[in-house]
Amino acid sequence: MIPNGTSPHQGVGVRVRGLRKALGGRAVLQDIDLDVHPGETFVIMGPSGSGKTVLLKHIIGLESPDAGEILLDGQPLHAPGLMDRFRLAMVFQSSALLSSITVAENVGLYLAEHRLHSPAEITRIVREKLALVGLADSEDKYPGELSGGMRKRAAIARALVMNPHLILYDEPTSELDPLIALAIADEIRRLQLRLGVTSIVVTHDRDLAFGIADRIAMIHEGRILAVGGPGQIRQSAVPLVQRFLQAEFKEPNLATETTSP
Amino acid sequence: MFQNLGEMLMLLGRTLRMLPQTWGQRRKVMDQLFEIGNASLLMVCVLSLFIGGVLALQTGPVLVDRGLGSVLGGIIGLSMCKELSPVMVAVLIAGRIGSAMAAEIGSMQVYQEIDALRTMNIHPVRYLVLPRLVAICVALPLLVLFSVLVGWTGGLLVSANNPEIALPTEGFLSNLRQSVEIADLANGLLKSIVFAAIIGTVSCHQGLHTIGGPRGIGRSVTKAVVNSIVLILVLDYFLTRVLLYIDL
Repeated sequence: MIPNGTSPHQGVGVRVRGLRKALGGRAVLQDIDLDVHPGETFVIMGPSGSGKTVLLKHIIGLESPDAGEILLDGQPLHAPGLMDRFRLAMVFQSSALLSSITVAENVGLYLAEHRLHSPAEITRIVREKLALVGLADSEDKYPGELSGGMRKRAAIARALVMNPHLILYDEPTSELDPLIALAIADEIRRLQLRLGVTSIVVTHDRDLAFGIADRIAMIHEGRILAVGGPGQIRQSAVPLVQRFLQAEFKEPNLATETTSP
Repeated sequence: MFQNLGEMLMLLGRTLRMLPQTWGQRRKVMDQLFEIGNASLLMVCVLSLFIGGVLALQTGPVLVDRGLGSVLGGIIGLSMCKELSPVMVAVLIAGRIGSAMAAEIGSMQVYQEIDALRTMNIHPVRYLVLPRLVAICVALPLLVLFSVLVGWTGGLLVSANNPEIALPTEGFLSNLRQSVEIADLANGLLKSIVFAAIIGTVSCHQGLHTIGGPRGIGRSVTKAVVNSIVLILVLDYFLTRVLLYIDL
């Protein structure tokens, strides 16, 4: 049986070595080397199509690499029994809640399917986690009845129920308005501080990255360009990093021009 | 095509290996049974009543002309339970339930819900395929049994009321009782279990291998229905040969 509890614990360290992956003949990841320390919030930032999500899918075992390896606390990801020792959770960009069951059933799915607790205990844990992400009154709703931000928070609650050692977030603030994006960022940071869980966040949102990261890796066309603290990344001498960080709209009068006669 | 067949056989094998875990999925099996029954019972009833009726209408006058009217009960009885009910109900269920299975699992695949299951260490075959396959393998033989009874009723009604046939009810039933044995009924039910496994496996396989967006889901649904029907009709021939060989 997979162990589960509700007590805080130390997160797991992740080491990626020489990871390579080609999809449809195109190299998506090229010799990726990364070290994520236990308990830190590590952000992988880069433009769309740079290989961020593919990298995240490798770390959680949804994709197999062409070459290289991923180690959790020094153990290969596919080592027998590793998934019994470490619980990994992922918050998908699309939330990926099961649309045919309620929010509460979604959040309690892991516990119910692995029969980790009695139904009454599962209900209690689900309520607690939903309250933690501000969805206490949505347990009987179906995912289709929730807004984008609520679905994201329900997906975070579903990840928390696993009491994970490592949480992976795929574009957690995409398609959200700035206020909800801020709430989600707060949530990620609070969870990391409270539970000591290791978090890997994939995003192209610079505000989110610099707001929550202990360290940031910049990725471009499947290669890691720079790794360091937020300050180090801001000061990076790599031209592509500076281009990504400094990209802004330069036409403030666009709206005025289109509305004026 | 051979790769698809191989993948489907592997999926069926994996699901069969998980059969001992069915009790843990009983709620989902019951939900699927309700879904299958609710969606198809009325359609099976209408289809079977009219198939039995048409069979009597086509064969009855010809047999009566040749003085063989008394064997009509046996012909309808055997045709329904050995061939028509298993095949027609399987084709109906492939269209009605197989398409729904492929669409639901396909949409879960496209919208990353199956990836989400994997990240929670929940095996998609145990969670999605096992309950569906078990439910359809239980439901289809029951529907076939129901279809056989309704089909006989249809044949009997037409035989008794059509002036060109005008076969007394007792004569129809007595010939049916003499001609149809339990082994004939078992023959049809055995076929229906094989057909159910085909529909469940093909539909779930197509769903799990869906790629792209809504168009991909549509493609999977079409392939699930067409492949199921083709496999049912082809296998029906070979199954009939085998059953004739072992004298069932």
